[in-house]
Amino acid sequence: MSTMEFTGKVWMFGDNISTDLIQPADVTWGHVRGPERLKYCMRANRPGWAEQVSQGDIVVAGKNFGCGSSRPAARMLRDLGITCVVAESVSRLFLRNSVNIGFPALICPGITGLVEEGDQLYVNVDTGEVRNLRTGGSLTAEGFPEGSPPYEILRAGGLQPLLRKMLEEQGIKPPPERQFPADTRPTPVPQNF
Amino acid sequence: MGMTIAEKILARHAGRDVVKPGEYVWCDVDGTGLIGPPSGLEALGVEKVYDPEKVWMVDDHFAPAPTPARAQTTKEMRRLAEKYQLNHWFEYGRHGILHQLFPENGYCVPGDLIVSIDSHSTSYGCFNAMGVPIMEELTYVVVTGRLWMRVPETIRFNIVGKLPEWCVGKDIILKIAGDYGTDCAIYKSIEFGGPVVSQLSLGSRFSMSNMGVELGAKCAIFECDDVTLEWLKGRIWREPNPASPDPDAVYEAVYDVDVTGMAPQVACPHDPGNVKPADEVEAMRVRVDQAFLGSCTNGRTEDYAMAAKVLKGKKIAPWVRCIVTPASQAIWLECAKNGIWETLAEAGCMITASTCGPCAGAHQGLLGDGEVCIGTNNRNFQGRMGSPESLVYLASPATVAASALTGYVTDPRPYL
Repeated sequence: MSTMEFTGKVWMFGDNISTDLIQPADVTWGHVRGPERLKYCMRANRPGWAEQVSQGDIVVAGKNFGCGSSRPAARMLRDLGITCVVAESVSRLFLRNSVNIGFPALICPGITGLVEEGDQLYVNVDTGEVRNLRTGGSLTAEGFPEGSPPYEILRAGGLQPLLRKMLEEQGIKPPPERQFPADTRPTPVPQNF
Repeated sequence: MGMTIAEKILARHAGRDVVKPGEYVWCDVDGTGLIGPPSGLEALGVEKVYDPEKVWMVDDHFAPAPTPARAQTTKEMRRLAEKYQLNHWFEYGRHGILHQLFPENGYCVPGDLIVSIDSHSTSYGCFNAMGVPIMEELTYVVVTGRLWMRVPETIRFNIVGKLPEWCVGKDIILKIAGDYGTDCAIYKSIEFGGPVVSQLSLGSRFSMSNMGVELGAKCAIFECDDVTLEWLKGRIWREPNPASPDPDAVYEAVYDVDVTGMAPQVACPHDPGNVKPADEVEAMRVRVDQAFLGSCTNGRTEDYAMAAKVLKGKKIAPWVRCIVTPASQAIWLECAKNGIWETLAEAGCMITASTCGPCAGAHQGLLGDGEVCIGTNNRNFQGRMGSPESLVYLASPATVAASALTGYVTDPRPYL
């Protein structure tokens, strides 16, 4: 099992950041798909933010991060390049969803007083250490007990790899990738209108 | 040491005599509800779900399909329902919002552990079942029938005092959200009790369990009583196995919520916990563009009967559009038969098919920039019902109906 540690630039958010803000309805309901959808992250509360995020950045937030719907908001942040979330408190559904896709969301009371936006933050998921590299100040985030299901699942990269392994042990294998026959249709003739 | 309701239900489903808060257990589940195609299944090579009788599926968020893309998704759901022999697939016209539909059809029995997609799965708590919302773990559950659980600490809210005549569960849960905050129960189990509970209809309890998730809870459970069993009679085919808290159960906190003399409650934008008494909001003269009577929270016959009481023989304000969306087809039919739809339509309301649509920000009743909606739904997060610049207020059906009537957020008491 690899060590889960990250260093990244901090983006600060407030209390009660709902999944409706993280992943707006347009994306959730499929009106916007593909890479374009990532630009919608936090659109209502922080327009333009998603386009400023770089791979490896870290989200720091206040109380009740990820409250609300069960939509795959943790997945959205991960796809945007965020490596982990550190918040004063994290909503239960967001916490479970993040564990089950192997994306760390850490509960760390006092974090909003430890860092400012733009700081470099070091996060060690295994020890719970959260350290501000500018000030040197540090805190310990709450972790999952070693050997507990969330501990194992987070480090396995989510539930899906565990499920695949379990199925393989039962002799169930994913079907082979579909082979598409070569496209033999005639090339459409361009038409002038 | 005694156990709370949630601890008892988790212990039973984990095959244990005792569980304690903070422990992690693997539980067998009694059922799970799907509202989208279980797409990961085929990619994993899975040929059958753990128990087709315990996997239920409905398209409720967009019913019927408003776009070709969504029609394609629903088509995929039908295909997978057939492939995996999910007999409990509900076609439009026999459908509803999952949390209403599944219990209505007897899938939820006191003492059950139900893990279901959609955050409002806490609703099953009104039937003394532990309804736990899940999402990313859905495929795992559908294949194995099991899931990991953290045993939560329990918070008990005792509802005490004299229940005002017009007061419904929605007012009580909004008051709790306002007084204790929307993070008061993160990852906790809520137990509702106290002498007032027996006077609350099952629908009122449903609203409270439903909005338990708005307090951050994992589940929000009532004890089973005659009201519960009466409602379930003729619907369920399994023997109820109710769970009651032991007299020496240990709670993280016990709060008494006194409802004596309370005013109708209104949650103001953008947080379900930003709650004020209706008369106070009325004094602010908040002009309403849309009134919404629906959602799994308050889309039941008793809710529409209350709205009809306010609106009978009257016309809603000319600038208000009032959208009525029942929680299930069965409710739609009941309201049609007993004349409620007639009363509401005559007042100028628009009655739609059952769907999560407006509440989920999906379809049928989204808001434009700067528009104001007062609804019986459960969330008023920024941007949830359409434009990020729209404003959503939450209230009981009586308050929403009175607001539709005057065109401003209005205390319903003079109209009841």
